[in-house]
Amino acid sequence: MAAALNIQKGTSKLSAYDLRDPNADIEERHTLAVIVDNEPGVLARVIGLFSGRGYNIDSLTVAEVDHTGHTSRITIVTTGTPAVIEQIKAQLGRIVPVHEVHDLTVEGPSVERELALFKVKSSGEKRVEALRLADIFRANVVDSTLESFVFEITGTPQKVDAFGELMRPLGLIEMARTGVAALSRGT
Amino acid sequence: MTQMTGAKMVVQALRDQGVEVIFGYPGGAVLPIYDEIFQQNDIQHILVRHEQGAVHMAEGYARSTGKPGVVLVTSGPGATNAVTGITDALMDSIPLVVLTGQVPTFMVGNDAFQEADTVGITRPCTKHNWLVKETDKLSETIHQAFHVATSGRPGPVLIDIPKDVQFATGTYQSARQAGKGHYSPRVKGDLEMITHLVEALETAERPIFYTGGGVINSGDAATQLLRELVDATGFPVTSTLMGLGAYPASGKNWLGMLGMHGLYEANLAMHDCDLMINIGARFDDRITGRVADFSPNSRKAHVDIDPSSINKTIRVDFPIVGDVAHVLEDMLRIWKSRGRKVNKEGLTRWWAQIAEWRKVDCLRYRNSDKIIKPQYALERLEALTKHRTDRYICTEVGQHQMWAAQFLGFEAPNRWMTSGGLGTMGYGLPASIGVQIAHPEALVINVAGEGSWLMNMQEMGTAVQYRAPVKQFILNNERLGMVRQWQSLLHGNRYSHSWSEALPDFVKLAEAFGCKGIKCEDPADLDDAIQEMLAYDGPVIFDCLVEKHENCYPMIPSGEPHNKMLLGDDTGEDAIKAGGAVLV
Repeated sequence: MAAALNIQKGTSKLSAYDLRDPNADIEERHTLAVIVDNEPGVLARVIGLFSGRGYNIDSLTVAEVDHTGHTSRITIVTTGTPAVIEQIKAQLGRIVPVHEVHDLTVEGPSVERELALFKVKSSGEKRVEALRLADIFRANVVDSTLESFVFEITGTPQKVDAFGELMRPLGLIEMARTGVAALSRGT
Repeated sequence: MTQMTGAKMVVQALRDQGVEVIFGYPGGAVLPIYDEIFQQNDIQHILVRHEQGAVHMAEGYARSTGKPGVVLVTSGPGATNAVTGITDALMDSIPLVVLTGQVPTFMVGNDAFQEADTVGITRPCTKHNWLVKETDKLSETIHQAFHVATSGRPGPVLIDIPKDVQFATGTYQSARQAGKGHYSPRVKGDLEMITHLVEALETAERPIFYTGGGVINSGDAATQLLRELVDATGFPVTSTLMGLGAYPASGKNWLGMLGMHGLYEANLAMHDCDLMINIGARFDDRITGRVADFSPNSRKAHVDIDPSSINKTIRVDFPIVGDVAHVLEDMLRIWKSRGRKVNKEGLTRWWAQIAEWRKVDCLRYRNSDKIIKPQYALERLEALTKHRTDRYICTEVGQHQMWAAQFLGFEAPNRWMTSGGLGTMGYGLPASIGVQIAHPEALVINVAGEGSWLMNMQEMGTAVQYRAPVKQFILNNERLGMVRQWQSLLHGNRYSHSWSEALPDFVKLAEAFGCKGIKCEDPADLDDAIQEMLAYDGPVIFDCLVEKHENCYPMIPSGEPHNKMLLGDDTGEDAIKAGGAVLV
């Protein structure tokens, strides 16, 4: 019986067995990679599924990845209880143009990256400090005027968040983020 | 490679798919296809009176034949009128191929006359849909649409065809050339899990089969295998509304329907069992009642072709993804090879317990010699028609639907057409016409309430035009009976807008449509009136005036578990707790 399993969340991530209690009502963050036919409306189907059934989307990216096979890869970061995450995967799997659904969070180690652009407007010491922090975060300056910079930063969502927090008091006026792209590690 | 116009391709593709009948309504954006239909005789076109009627007819056709139903409607309002029927088919897993006309590709997005974003509107209510922008892709798309509609968990699909694509010439691909794409749902269940389930079967003391529409959708083989398994194991079997007929009502292991208005013995057996074997049902909220208290002491198996149905509302111990017929075949084979074992002592005690529950006689009602009770009307209808093996029953939605499920017995699958998931009032009349078109010689009866029936009554014109001798058996209580019942049970008898003060004279209405009308209000006349209806060679509207304040029991109030059923004697106003009032 599932109820008998009372295992602390997070202990099982690297276990050979999936020991997470499916009835636990603790919300988890999962990164899903969905391989779909690149046809009109496929993104609307995926988004409609999430909104229609009340699931969360924290991040969503999509692009064609195989030009000859006309397939696209949709990367979705979502949160939900283990039972909801299972439902999300099953519901995605039955969309007709969906070929594969991978849960990168449980299928082993994976890398996640996001690209972001930050426009910072400031002068004097703040301007110098922004540039110094950009250097520490290995952000590139991709546009510059006498009173502003546009920084380009790549990293995990947490790194992008951290950089954004630091830029806020230094004159951050606009930002754009791509959302998460993710791949499993190794072969 | 054959060259032809898109409009010709539509007809050719339907012919290739073995389509004999389509239900439709013409309009500007489908005129080229209608012109092709005019010039051929292979495919019969049934002209409906409203596009919703076309979809329900196709549903009735599909449910009664096991073949996909086909609908052809125009753009804009033609498509939007079809949406209710398409959603109904999605909820009940009915295979439909809906073809809609669309404004020409160069006008799409321009707010053109009779333009609607049909694929956008129908995306959430179809299994899949397509907008075809090139004539060269049209035939391939139609063939794939039939594949998607009929394989895996069946459902409605829609193809939106702009008018210029119908006029243009392209290359026709046959069904074989078109292929099936990558869509191929798994049909074989996991043998290891099936073996575990068989082990549980062998020792279970209080097992029950809980079957659903999936058995019927899986086909005749599934029905045969289910009957063999039930009879060989001696386990009791109950069914959802959608699954009636898979196991015969006269079968010795039959408990009757379960659920909100299911039989007492069926619901209590579900609650108290120690092994529940769900075959092709989906733990719908009308079945489970309060989820937290649903069958608390049982291990549960779930056989379903749709992985998303498994563990959706009820966690199960034996999840088996696969087609019912394939899984049952493996289950039977493994069970036989292991020596056909069952827990005989346990089963004997279990059946003794069920016999106790049966003594409650949950369908009893107080009959009257002054007024026709709806239950009595259905008992008489059953008595006078059950010898007909070609009897098909449709229903509308409401009290009459539940009484029909309780009082009519189904011996074979595909004989019972009702709107289960969506609960669409107005379903039954058009569905009955679709059934009759598929089975011209059969006895097709729509058990209706007057409220539902009026929602699509225009389709009597279709019945008369095509000489479909459907029998509309209307239990007329001059009330929206199920609404009235809920208002009685949990809204302090305040009957807000649940009765009609201006019903038509149904006999005159029948005459206006050019068919026969019969009115009956005296229980003593009922048998003769029903015989008159059955004897008449043509469509009949039967106005059966029944008791106006009868409630449908048993009833599991919303938010209650299976063992908290209301029976006919419980008429307390606060029978449903405040918490249940917010549930439907």
